[in-house]
Amino acid sequence: MHEVGLMQEAVRMALDYAASAGASRVHRLRLRVGAMSGVVPDALRFAFDVVCRGTPAEGAVLEIDHVPAVCWCSKCQSEFECEDFINECPKCHEISSELRRGTELDLASVEVS
Amino acid sequence: MCTECGCGLGESKQAVPQPGAGDTAHGTAVPSTDHHGDEPHDHPHQPPHHHDHADSTLHDSDQSKRQIVELNRSLLTKNERIAERNRGFFRAKGVFVINVLSSPGSGKTTLIQQTALASSGRFRAGVIVGDLATDNDAARLRAANIPAVQVNTGTVCHLDAAMIEQACAKLDLDSIDLLIIENVGNLVCPAAYDLGENLRVVLLSVTEGEDKPLKYPPLFHSANVALITKSDLAAAAGWNRENAIANLRKISHHAVIFELSAKTGEGMSAWLDFLSSRVRPIR
Repeated sequence: MHEVGLMQEAVRMALDYAASAGASRVHRLRLRVGAMSGVVPDALRFAFDVVCRGTPAEGAVLEIDHVPAVCWCSKCQSEFECEDFINECPKCHEISSELRRGTELDLASVEVS
Repeated sequence: MCTECGCGLGESKQAVPQPGAGDTAHGTAVPSTDHHGDEPHDHPHQPPHHHDHADSTLHDSDQSKRQIVELNRSLLTKNERIAERNRGFFRAKGVFVINVLSSPGSGKTTLIQQTALASSGRFRAGVIVGDLATDNDAARLRAANIPAVQVNTGTVCHLDAAMIEQACAKLDLDSIDLLIIENVGNLVCPAAYDLGENLRVVLLSVTEGEDKPLKYPPLFHSANVALITKSDLAAAAGWNRENAIANLRKISHHAVIFELSAKTGEGMSAWLDFLSSRVRPIR
């Protein structure tokens, strides 16, 4: 349940940006959340409204882009999407040790005015 | 066109900055929130003012002043910055740091206590213990003459780099070679928080079940060392060793695996030798 803290950080970053850009409202936040980030998107949504309340981001929209976990197979020289977090190449069954995407936890963009 | 009153204003779509504008957009955002900009018009725009779009109570035309700006910043930036600072500080102090993670009750405190005591001839260990409440773990360690600081996180489910920074002020780092951080018992949240450690050690006790790594992949994936603890209870718990190690290998593929019992001392020497080999070079 650290989603509330993360959401607070996302909203703080958005408000800081709005203030630095001379904007008075935040209308939209777009997050990028990887499958291996350990974060539950529903819990982020739940926290979002509470965290925005009473700030210039109140009423803003939260969009979450899901990023699947993608590994690199050095044997096949190709990327593959990991099912069930087991980094086993579906072609050669080699276990990959290189996770290329899926740990993202980013504030991708904000919409302000 | 304004869909409410047909005044013809507010035609333009949301302003989208050009590529590359992300970092330099600070001066370009339009600060005004005046309705329809500065152009005066004499009809009122008062509620009722319903819109189909659910995202805003503002008038459509206000969208002309909206800016979408790409930030692409990690939500953990602040923690990562403090963690890197911690790492530099520990390095300057010549202290090797391990972050010990597991579910509650898998034997973190016993392992830490026995590690600190058994290694006393080789290196000196200090401990930072994280729990939601109570001083019990730190008191238990201090009673065994191990320098220990308790961090009470309140309702927070993990330790973060700033908590470690603060706790270090209460610990004499010059008198220790190894700092052991006992994280809050939790297999989910601590995974995301770098504390500035050199090694991440994840425990899996034989009483927990062999499929824990499959159930909590992010944390087990982040492990540098996986310790199978309470090995003395393996038979009583019906522990399927082969299955457990196969599961660990699937998820924690970077991890060095040890099997031990801090209670009986079985397997402890291999773990201590490994730890000693990592602590010594940093001194």
